Amino acid sequence: MLRFLIRRVLLIVPVLFGLLVLTFVLIRVVPSDPSAALAGENATVEQIERTRQQYGFDKPLTTQFFIYLRQVAQADLGTSVYTNRPVTHDLFRRLPATIELTFSALLFATLLGIPLGVIAAVRHNSAVDHAMRVFTVAGLAIATFWFAIMLQLLFAMELDIMPLRGRLGLATDIPPHLTGLFLVDSLLAGRPDIFADALWHLVMPAVTLALGAMATITRFTRSGMLETLQADFVVYETAVGYPRWMLIAVYVLRNSVVAAVTQIGLLFGALIGGAVVVEAIFDWPGIGSYAVDAILNADYKAILAVTLLIGVVYAAVNIVVDVVHAWLDPRVGERL
Amino acid sequence: MLLVRKFAKDVPAVFGFFVVVFAIFVALFAELLAPYPLDAYESHLLQRLQPPSWEFPFGTDNLGRDVFSRVILGTRSALIVACMVVALAMGIGVPLGLIAGYFGGWPSEAIMRVTDVFLAVPQLVLALALAQLLSPSLESAMLALTLTYWPFFTRIVYAETRRLKASLFVDALECIGARSARILVAHVLPNTASPIIVRATIGMGFTILTAAVLGFLGVGATPPEPDWGLSIAESRQYLPEAWWFSTFPGLAIFLAVLGFNLLGDGLRDIVDPRLRRSR
Repeated sequence: MLRFLIRRVLLIVPVLFGLLVLTFVLIRVVPSDPSAALAGENATVEQIERTRQQYGFDKPLTTQFFIYLRQVAQADLGTSVYTNRPVTHDLFRRLPATIELTFSALLFATLLGIPLGVIAAVRHNSAVDHAMRVFTVAGLAIATFWFAIMLQLLFAMELDIMPLRGRLGLATDIPPHLTGLFLVDSLLAGRPDIFADALWHLVMPAVTLALGAMATITRFTRSGMLETLQADFVVYETAVGYPRWMLIAVYVLRNSVVAAVTQIGLLFGALIGGAVVVEAIFDWPGIGSYAVDAILNADYKAILAVTLLIGVVYAAVNIVVDVVHAWLDPRVGERL
Repeated sequence: MLLVRKFAKDVPAVFGFFVVVFAIFVALFAELLAPYPLDAYESHLLQRLQPPSWEFPFGTDNLGRDVFSRVILGTRSALIVACMVVALAMGIGVPLGLIAGYFGGWPSEAIMRVTDVFLAVPQLVLALALAQLLSPSLESAMLALTLTYWPFFTRIVYAETRRLKASLFVDALECIGARSARILVAHVLPNTASPIIVRATIGMGFTILTAAVLGFLGVGATPPEPDWGLSIAESRQYLPEAWWFSTFPGLAIFLAVLGFNLLGDGLRDIVDPRLRRSR
């Protein structure tokens, strides 16, 4: 297992290096005058000149690349022209909000998606199964941003039973900063009232974000279950009178969720992409809404940093998924 | 014929097929179908934000334009963007996948590592960054979507080509001295066609969604274009009063994407029995 982990981590090195090259090309080649672009729209001539020297745009490309590598290694990605703070500082302050949102969404999608898939497979071709199929197809076809706005329109504006935006109500104190995850911090501080408010604010963004992921997980669990239910060992254990619910819960499920788990890695990419949109709509102060602000304000340093950070997080998540996959299905670990 | 009959039994896929045909029909004859074709660019401030009525089935927007007409007119640009992006991404991705899969060695390694990098960042994030860096417009958005979508095709074609390269008929062709280019174009490519077509169909729906997000976030179509995503962005400040203004463009996106997804699923069931949804 350890050997598998090490090899899997090593495999990610070329990808991360490629990501650095890609972001370098993005910022160096795509804009006509990168220094002017990086310095921002209202920059003075001196500011542009300073940026030019900082990034070494007057030097050969290879030298520029090494300067860029050094800056990334030192976590020095410059100062945002919009917030006037170091970009890395902004990102790390906002990362917990995004982690809280995406993990809640993933948890919600998994906890609901797997049972739904199991029910659909067990009640194969019943009305439940057909309803589930309509739901999974629709869940993937709906535009996240539109769904978010429709939820806001219905539950926050018309019915007024859910908060419209933000992580906490205006009257609620911000919990003392420990992890930055409000749900965790509020519990550690012994404040169930803050926990309830944070959870209440989390519901609509997390449900919006989870929709597509849940549809995918349901679908893969269903098809995995259907396949496993036809396996010889199921026939045998049914024949010897093993209780059906135990057979399904213990043996069939473990053999079927493998496909769904491998999807979670891919889904995480979709979740981060979705978080960009969902955070912007619900004013969720994470890196997604930061990315949208950066894009709308043409804040190139911030755009670059967000792209890099998301790439790294995505790579890390995929390692975790592969490890879980290898644990569920030991054959995978041997193959690598 | 057997395939057609098999397809006809798949009710959701047939539904998807008709939705796609309907969307193409609407896109082709948008000017004739829209009751107020000039409302794409003209504004009528006296009749702004009117609720749905016989005169304006989907109501009017903040500039008094008929939302129904604009949803119809938006179909064309949505389909054109999706077609262009998918076609260009295929144009880049398929040849690279063929080359990487057939020849091996360092060019193959180089191509596949590049696709790894592109797939290491969520497509939407990369497309957003690229669209902004290229200065926001519909053309930039299309370019950004293309440049971030081609690796999906490369991956599929690469895997298929690797599989085919090991097959007997390719060995035979090599033995009788057929040129590599001929083997690839005339023999390997047709055999990879079905997964490409399936991917392209689902990619159409996917691209309509991502293009709408780009429009919504302001790095795609620019006002006053009748773009679905852009319309929803414009409608937000008139909520909750003008619910029709955001609801109907979103339904149009939903229906179009649903059509392509159902069609794609149906095609996959037909061309690839291994991936068949068991039912």
